Amino acid sequence: MLKYTLIPLLPLLSFIINILFGRNFIKDKAHWLAVPAVFGSFVLAVSAFMDVQSGNVININIYNWIVSGNFNVTIGFLIDQLTAIMLIVVTSISTLIFIYSIGYMHGDSGYYRFFSYLSLFVFSMLILVMSNNFLLLYFGWEAVGLCSYFLIGFWFHKKSAADAGKKAFIVNRFGDFGFGLGVILVFLTFGSLEYLQVFGKANSVIGQTINIFGYNLDLITVICLLLFCGAIGKSAQMPLHVWLPDAMEGPTPVSALIHAATMVTAGVFMVARCNPLFSLSHTAMNTVAVVGGITAIFAATIGLVQNDIKRVIAYSTVSQLGYMFLALGVGAYSAGIFHLYTHAYFKALLFLGSGSVIHALHDEQNMQKMGGLKKHMPITYWVFILATLSITGIPGFAGFFSKDEILYRAYLGGEVGKGLWMLATVAALLTAFYSWRLIFLTFHGKFRGPHEQEHHLHESPKVITVPLMLLAVGAVAAGWVGIPPLLMEHGDKIGEFLAPVLGHPHGEGSHSEEMMVMGMSVLVALAGWYIAYKMYVRNPELPQKVGAKFKPVYNLLYNKYYIDELYNRIFVQPTLKFSDKVILGFFDKSIIEGVVNGVPNLIGVFSSKFRKIQTGLLSNYGLVMAAGALAIIGYMLFLR
Amino acid sequence: MVPLSWYIILSALTFSIGVFGFLARRNLIIVFLSIELMLNSVNISLIAFSHYLQSMRGQMLVFFIITVAAAEAAIGLAILIAFYKNNPTIKVDEINLLKG
Repeated sequence: MLKYTLIPLLPLLSFIINILFGRNFIKDKAHWLAVPAVFGSFVLAVSAFMDVQSGNVININIYNWIVSGNFNVTIGFLIDQLTAIMLIVVTSISTLIFIYSIGYMHGDSGYYRFFSYLSLFVFSMLILVMSNNFLLLYFGWEAVGLCSYFLIGFWFHKKSAADAGKKAFIVNRFGDFGFGLGVILVFLTFGSLEYLQVFGKANSVIGQTINIFGYNLDLITVICLLLFCGAIGKSAQMPLHVWLPDAMEGPTPVSALIHAATMVTAGVFMVARCNPLFSLSHTAMNTVAVVGGITAIFAATIGLVQNDIKRVIAYSTVSQLGYMFLALGVGAYSAGIFHLYTHAYFKALLFLGSGSVIHALHDEQNMQKMGGLKKHMPITYWVFILATLSITGIPGFAGFFSKDEILYRAYLGGEVGKGLWMLATVAALLTAFYSWRLIFLTFHGKFRGPHEQEHHLHESPKVITVPLMLLAVGAVAAGWVGIPPLLMEHGDKIGEFLAPVLGHPHGEGSHSEEMMVMGMSVLVALAGWYIAYKMYVRNPELPQKVGAKFKPVYNLLYNKYYIDELYNRIFVQPTLKFSDKVILGFFDKSIIEGVVNGVPNLIGVFSSKFRKIQTGLLSNYGLVMAAGALAIIGYMLFLR
Repeated sequence: MVPLSWYIILSALTFSIGVFGFLARRNLIIVFLSIELMLNSVNISLIAFSHYLQSMRGQMLVFFIITVAAAEAAIGLAILIAFYKNNPTIKVDEINLLKG
């Protein structure tokens, strides 16, 4: 039992010690504690994985957190097949990112702070995936949000970074509001917050309705949609995706951590975890699938024209998360989790690789000022190639297996699924295009930056490249546990492993259909590469021409569909105006300050009148005293 | 034998003179004397009652009053001198530091 408790506890310990003693004692040795702690978690997670694989599902309660009437919440861990996979993903990638950060953050004044926040982040994520009830899940959910705020705004002296941190936190609050309501509704409906009890009773509430504002709505659907609200925020789906690209303001290891191992996967994990509820609501499932599919293509189109290397990868994350939700929405939960797992490796690799590039170019993130880095940074280049082959879905690489599984499941997903399959296939084409565009702009051609910088270009130190190479192994091989049965008998090990929790996806297609889907996905991947190659290697002036020809489209995409501007107009400005005019101008100035200043003013008015009594003349006091004495004597003599 | 009422009248008259002096005079020394006068007029009536009632209680009280009055006069005059060193006046209507 202690073993499982230690998994989240080690990073927590690292956080506490680093944050308390970092500033004065630990300073630039913060990683001495943080790296072993998270590596220890990884070792324990592997051991927990072994336990689960041998058939033990662990469900332990450690502590009675809240006991109040029939409201009973424990701090307890549920480690089943789903959690085991998440534990491996989170801890393995975190370990590599921690090691990478030693090199990347070297010499930063907030070095100890960085490692303590990273540790807290990992702790929160581990609590999130390990909890056995909704409230502890909610705790982890909020804690990763908080950590993302700390880390995105890590360089808080930069205004854009501080703003991005706030944006991430506030946008997440919108989703979390719905999620919180969902958790409350779960408790009101089932009288418990423990997963197993809730899911056990799930069938008993089918068909029940709930009255909201006079409409009778299906109870399960409402619960699922509210929970999904949280997932939309945390996993950056439309329309709450706006925080994720801005999160690029944080240090690159943070981007990798947020995008690959923690935070954004939380939404996917949560929906997969709640699959017994979601499966009961057709509406909720379709919503999940449609939101996922639209986000996948929507984010991919924006990624086509961005120039910031990290932003391109950020939009690619949003797009890939869309794939995951698409899979969840068509009932292929294990495909979604499979993609989460492969995506974690190649996306962490892409981010850390771009970090290596940015490091070499002294914080230059604009791809238009890069180019020709291939010969200067061979290791970074080759791991980038591997990650790109993986994300674009070239057969044999990790991304191929998971993405193909999703596309196939979408194809089998009925009317809605077919449409979404087409969207997702187009998105795959776009993914291939922008991924290769990134490679060609960064590593091929001539260096377009300042001339004197070219001589300083160098490969990153080992502490950065070794984690990259390890991740590259993951980006290539992670998918080999999920080979579709078409290509290999009993190849889909991960699907079978997850089946006890997530069930089998329903619907079986013919071999020819599966071949067709697979062929299509490979075809679009190659087509994406070809177009990018034509445009950025063969005819480097072509992109400008195309951009000029389709100016309105280009501007629309370049400005991210003006969604930030739209939100600014609809939500931010009115809120600011309201705060300024009503809250500050009226409420604070008139009411609060009125009360605060009014009381002393009243006292002042009274005292200025009454102080006149104090004449300072002894004879006056004497007279009053004598009159008083007379009055008392008179009363005693005559009135009693 | 002098009747009791005469003593009471004497006491009342002296007390009234003291009250008048306290209220009307401006010299602080005179104000002090007026207070002493009031205290002693009370002493007269106490002694008269003591004699009339054949009880020693009144006379005992008088001793207390004389002691307290002596102490009070000593402290009062000390304050007066200390005050005079800072503000060279002993006129009651010019001593109004606590005027509101």
